[in-house]
Amino acid sequence: MTVRATARIRPSQAPGRLTGLFGAVTLAEHRQRYGPLPAADGPALIDAVRRAGLRGRGGAGFPTGRKLAAVAAGRRPVVVANGCEGEPASAKDRTLLGNAPHLVLDGAVLAARAVGAARVVLCVHRGSPRAQALAQAVASRPADGVAVEVAQVPRRYVASEESALVHFLNDGEARPTSVPPRPFEKGVGGRPTLVDNVETLAHLALIAAGGPDWFRQLGTDSDPGTSLVTMAGAVAHPAIHEISLGVPLGQVIELAGGPAQELSAVLVGGYFGAWVPVRAAYRLPLSHDTPPGGGPALGAGALVALPAAACGLAETSRVFSYLAYESAGQCGPCQFGLPAVADQLRLLAAGRLDPVGYRRLTSRLQVIAGRGACRHPDGAVRFAASGLAVFEDDVRAHLRGYPCAGVRYPAVLPVPHPRQIDGGWR
Amino acid sequence: MSSTLRVDPIVCTGHGLCAELFPEMIFLDEWGYPVLDKRPVPAELLGHARRAAAACPVLALRLDRG
Amino acid sequence: MTDNIALWYAARATGLVALLLLTASMVWGIAGAMRSGPAGWPRFTVTLLHRNLTLVTVAFLGVHVGSSVIDSYAGIGWLDPVLPFGSTYKPFWLGLGAIAWDLLLAIVVSSLVRRWISLRVWRVLHWASYLCWPVALLHAIGIGTDSRGGWPLGVAVACLAAVGIAAMWRLGSSRRPA
Repeated sequence: MTVRATARIRPSQAPGRLTGLFGAVTLAEHRQRYGPLPAADGPALIDAVRRAGLRGRGGAGFPTGRKLAAVAAGRRPVVVANGCEGEPASAKDRTLLGNAPHLVLDGAVLAARAVGAARVVLCVHRGSPRAQALAQAVASRPADGVAVEVAQVPRRYVASEESALVHFLNDGEARPTSVPPRPFEKGVGGRPTLVDNVETLAHLALIAAGGPDWFRQLGTDSDPGTSLVTMAGAVAHPAIHEISLGVPLGQVIELAGGPAQELSAVLVGGYFGAWVPVRAAYRLPLSHDTPPGGGPALGAGALVALPAAACGLAETSRVFSYLAYESAGQCGPCQFGLPAVADQLRLLAAGRLDPVGYRRLTSRLQVIAGRGACRHPDGAVRFAASGLAVFEDDVRAHLRGYPCAGVRYPAVLPVPHPRQIDGGWR
Repeated sequence: MSSTLRVDPIVCTGHGLCAELFPEMIFLDEWGYPVLDKRPVPAELLGHARRAAAACPVLALRLDRG
Repeated sequence: MTDNIALWYAARATGLVALLLLTASMVWGIAGAMRSGPAGWPRFTVTLLHRNLTLVTVAFLGVHVGSSVIDSYAGIGWLDPVLPFGSTYKPFWLGLGAIAWDLLLAIVVSSLVRRWISLRVWRVLHWASYLCWPVALLHAIGIGTDSRGGWPLGVAVACLAAVGIAAMWRLGSSRRPA
């Protein structure tokens, strides 16, 4: 079960730049709070975004200004707003789309003006409860030179990867493709395509209205601004929070009402991220840069607190099986390697893996990474490897045949039910 | 100007001819897919590299210049 | 134009050998696509053998076509090997040979320039080999003055069996082909 979008939003904490606009769902309400759409001049807007230092909020954290400039250099570009949120542990994008759709649409239209695009495609998962409302929101806007449409993408984990979105919009198949060429060079219809997360576009709209200096008042020098995070798991009030980038994770746990029970670790960056032991987790600065002391970057902002009563290996194994299932099945190392590792993790979680098998498991993790067309196997491997490292005491016990009681603890990390996953890629 | 081996992982279907013809820098993983040495190909081995790329039944292996 | 019995023998002999070589090439090509081959043979040898058999076939066919045209006894013109059904000598059976020759040239040339054409184009042309070979076989059986019986027919039947079995193996196999 994915994290529900009705998880409470806590706009009371300091920043509220995005969350302060939540609830203004109609265009009129949005205009009242945000103001009119800024008259955007392409190069000036790109420059503003660049000076503001905005980085992508979809996970990779790539500098948005640089991406805009690269796409703007091409002919007749297209803008794709990625609102699919394939990460099961993340609910920020659907929350943003449900509570401030026009902020996102403003950002998308401004991005289109910045790069000279006349077409915006807002992508959400097929059957999303928000698709209808978004289509209505799009229809309620004036058609000012930019055609906006909503596209529904198959509900698969890698379908929202940027080359997969382009592939789906071109040929109807939501599988990643080999790059080069990257979407910014050759994407939808063979044209330069800007693929940006919906939260990134929302911040772009804020920068267009407030200016780069205002944007930089919060966050860090290399990762300015605020970001939405999904704080889930064993905290008192799992919810979406808006944080100033660079704050320690402990602050988010406190914002969420503190731990609901004793914690052992926190998953940072969702299933594309890594586990962090709880004491180090409290101190971990949340940003798109790798923390100086080591540890994962924020990624798409999905944070899950693991109670000590649960078994980290069992959780890792369960999620990894899901990740293996979600392989697009195009590249050998991912298609065959991930299921092989998943089998061994299952045995490990059950206490039925021996040290020889464990050595094979770790060497497999090393051989799989970096050999797929997309980063899915890399993320899965990093996630698994972090579990083996952080829960190494459990690993030792499980290898001796003594799985901990935590294997029977109810599931903490959300994994979609098979019925919630589309069967195919079209 | 140096050349490096590159494989298109989607086109590659694990035939394995590349590893047979250029074992110095290509070996197959347990599922039959190539693991490439990412370092530049030394000049004296370039002939083997080219032959390996030409032999691929699906032309997944390429030799990138520079 | 010469009128020489040696040319006629050359045409006949090279044609027969070309059929055998083409049959062998088909079988090896199918084996390669099925990722099979004699035990212990590296994969690249199966591929290279298929390729070289085809190239030698082309060489033999060059002599076959050349000697047929130069030998003026049958009155085959220079265009007839590439433009089917225009000859005065057994136009239908010769035309089949022209079709097979054209297809083979397309397959061979596209394979030689593989690196510069799209994989899909190459693959589609290569599938034409399943059309080229039976047409070549029919040409061989139909055009020969003595190929309707005796050992030449036996050779043709053997070739048909070899490719037929290999093709059925390939088409009926659940294993993902190349």
